[in-house]
Amino acid sequence: MSIEAQTIHRETFVLNLGPQHPATHGVLRIKLTMNGEYVEDADPVIGYGHRMQEKMGENRTYAKFLPNTARMDYVAALFNTHGYVCAVERLAGITVPDRAEYIRVITAELNRIASHLLWVGAFLIDLGGFTPLLYTFDDREQILDLLESITGARLTFCYYRFGGVCNDIDEQFISGTRAFIARLHSRMPMYHALITQNIIFRKRCEGIGPIPAETCRKYGGSGPVLRGSGVSYDVRKNEPYSIYPRLDFNIPVYQECDCTARYKVRMDEMVESMRIIEQSLDQLPAGPVMAEKVPKLLKPPKGDCYFNVESARGVFGVRLVSDGTDKAYRLKLRSPCFSNLSLFRDCSRGMLMADALALLGSLDLVIPDIDR
Amino acid sequence: MTLSELKTQLASLAEPGALISETDHAKRGTDLDVTVSAGKVVAAAELLDTARYTLEAITGVDWIAEKQIELVYDYTLWESGVRVAVRSRISRENPAIPTISAIFPGANWHERETRDFFGVDFTGHPDMSPLLLPEDATFHPLRKDFGA
Amino acid sequence: MMAIPKDLIMELVRIVLYVVGFLAFIAVNAAYLSLLERKVPSWFQLRYGPKEVGPWGLLQPVADGIKLCAKQLLVQKGADVALFKLAPAMVVIPAIMSAVTLPFSETIVARNIDLGLLLIFSLSSIHVIGTMLGGWASCNKYSGIAAARVVAQNIAYEIPLLLVMVSLVMVTHTFNLHEIVNGQAGGFWHWNAFRLTASPLMPAAFIIYFICMLAEANRAPFDMLEAESELVAGAFTEYSGMGFGLFFIAEYANIVVGCSLGTILFLGGWHCPFGLLPGLHWFLIKMYFLCFMVIWVRWSFPRTQFYGLLNLSWKILIPFALAHLVLTSIMLKLL
Repeated sequence: MSIEAQTIHRETFVLNLGPQHPATHGVLRIKLTMNGEYVEDADPVIGYGHRMQEKMGENRTYAKFLPNTARMDYVAALFNTHGYVCAVERLAGITVPDRAEYIRVITAELNRIASHLLWVGAFLIDLGGFTPLLYTFDDREQILDLLESITGARLTFCYYRFGGVCNDIDEQFISGTRAFIARLHSRMPMYHALITQNIIFRKRCEGIGPIPAETCRKYGGSGPVLRGSGVSYDVRKNEPYSIYPRLDFNIPVYQECDCTARYKVRMDEMVESMRIIEQSLDQLPAGPVMAEKVPKLLKPPKGDCYFNVESARGVFGVRLVSDGTDKAYRLKLRSPCFSNLSLFRDCSRGMLMADALALLGSLDLVIPDIDR
Repeated sequence: MTLSELKTQLASLAEPGALISETDHAKRGTDLDVTVSAGKVVAAAELLDTARYTLEAITGVDWIAEKQIELVYDYTLWESGVRVAVRSRISRENPAIPTISAIFPGANWHERETRDFFGVDFTGHPDMSPLLLPEDATFHPLRKDFGA
Repeated sequence: MMAIPKDLIMELVRIVLYVVGFLAFIAVNAAYLSLLERKVPSWFQLRYGPKEVGPWGLLQPVADGIKLCAKQLLVQKGADVALFKLAPAMVVIPAIMSAVTLPFSETIVARNIDLGLLLIFSLSSIHVIGTMLGGWASCNKYSGIAAARVVAQNIAYEIPLLLVMVSLVMVTHTFNLHEIVNGQAGGFWHWNAFRLTASPLMPAAFIIYFICMLAEANRAPFDMLEAESELVAGAFTEYSGMGFGLFFIAEYANIVVGCSLGTILFLGGWHCPFGLLPGLHWFLIKMYFLCFMVIWVRWSFPRTQFYGLLNLSWKILIPFALAHLVLTSIMLKLL
């Protein structure tokens, strides 16, 4: 038998996690070198979903690339679109009207809540508890219905345009969003009672998967992974963009560096996002939702720029190099999950496999975002 | 260290005549833009590591008309949101540049990806196997002369 | 030719009928428990569960059975064919055989064996070997790991189970299941679960039994064997078609037998909680109540870590069971 053969000659054996596996969210393969139940080395192999989005960015006009941005991190699609659109606007010098900025923030934060709700359900499934997924998806359905009514899509939104958004929001959306926020506020105690205080969940997550802040700095980790390790870095506060400076919200930071810290960061971020949405709805000005005089075929001046947004998973960056034509010369998409996954190898050494999988789940990876 | 201190220290690294400019964050997304020679990339990375910066991305740009490949290293300082871009240009024929993965382990994957897309050889890198492309890929898609 | 005594023939016919009956009972229960397994969580999870096949999804197990029978039985290269095919059988047969001595009511019992309890426990240890063989013979690293985990888990949880049984037998003075139930006649205050005169820890003993039964049947939160998100399907990864189906039937049969045993040993068997009309219906109600608890627990909790599972057994349940044993013997001596 092959198992016999390997254990006779070596202590360790190689176990393949994926590419088809229930716990890796997408097509990810991890070559685990195991010593019994302990992970000696975990080497992620990516690229199974690689579509060469960056080349597509060079082959299409700026507007034609907009749908692509939603297909990378499809769970939190609006952030990728936001980053791309803002990078182009920065280079082309387009100013976005206030109402459009507020709408962008409202929809983006709704998307953040939806993404975190999906993560909570998926994380619990990784740990073996199947029921919370159905509850979080119930809430997420409401968000998707709201966003569908104005964007026309449930998952892969193509809503932002250069200079604003393509559709205005209506009274139904506003009242629906307020009702949803009220409902989610009332459901948060239930989530905390069902999950956060569950003894088995706590045993699976407390002290598990420590990621020191220094490791995050060396690898470029960002987002809830970073904030769960005690570093208060959020692009919305440290490098503000859009209308975030006008809004009052906190950045949840936890010091424990373990899976529980990352879970708590995301739960608190949902509450903060709800605050942001409420303030934005209160402050929503009247006005146009598209800037005037944006050329149909956008040709930004020569040069390059960088734009950062705080996606649900971390810092999503776009480096755009333009040569004055209607197609980008170079479009670099900096994916947060890419850097977050790169620290998995270092952090999972010596762990039990179940704990390594809990760590992998807590990183909140969407593989198409990594593979692009 | 403050931005101006960083600028002075980077100035000592940069080649004479190389650009160091303080850029407008609102217009360019970076606060400091430095061009160094290929051999000084590692020293720049060490300097920024000491200054507690984090490496965000490594971008390759194929300037086919100028027969050069430009590498842009984007660094961020968490506390202040200050961003520094370190650029370096290498020849397109045999692109080679020292690796910074010993200083920033996160560069390991970024460099593998850049090698996949541009064929840049990062000397001293521990594992140059393809990251996103198939294991047996011999082509470099993001070069401007790729794909007919 | 020697005349065969009429009694012997009648006894043989009776045994055959009972065996077929119990086989059918366990098999049908196992099949419909798989339907309940999907319907009950649908109530918790705000969805419908199976409803297409038959009214209320009642023909779902039939459809599943047909599907499994129609699949190709694959045995991959390198697997030990004999053991690979033997393993499902070794897991299913003990579960069904245990039903031989289970008394469902005053008169319905296939064979009332004096050492009934001992027989059931010896049979229940065999399924561990079956799962381990299945995992090892699959020639698949995932299955190998799962097999190792199963052995560790089952050994760990058999011990508190047997300790609790020993203290119970000390109280009831018999291994005969029929007599154990009759010792609980009357209202629910006579039930063994509440027999505080025997030992104040008796309700705790019932809970220990329930937990150990969950672990022996490899049910969540102790389903290390399957651990879907880690090991795909664990020891059963390589099984297709009815081989896989047999493992599943075995799991549900184990639950049915475990819950029946729990009813018999702790909850008074076929006796009414208020001492009125004893009968088969009470047995079934209690058994299905315990089955519902098993399913409820599975869908409510995440999975424990493997060392957490073993810690629970070795560091908590065994000391508790030992304390219970000592306490029972002291109280028996004193009272």
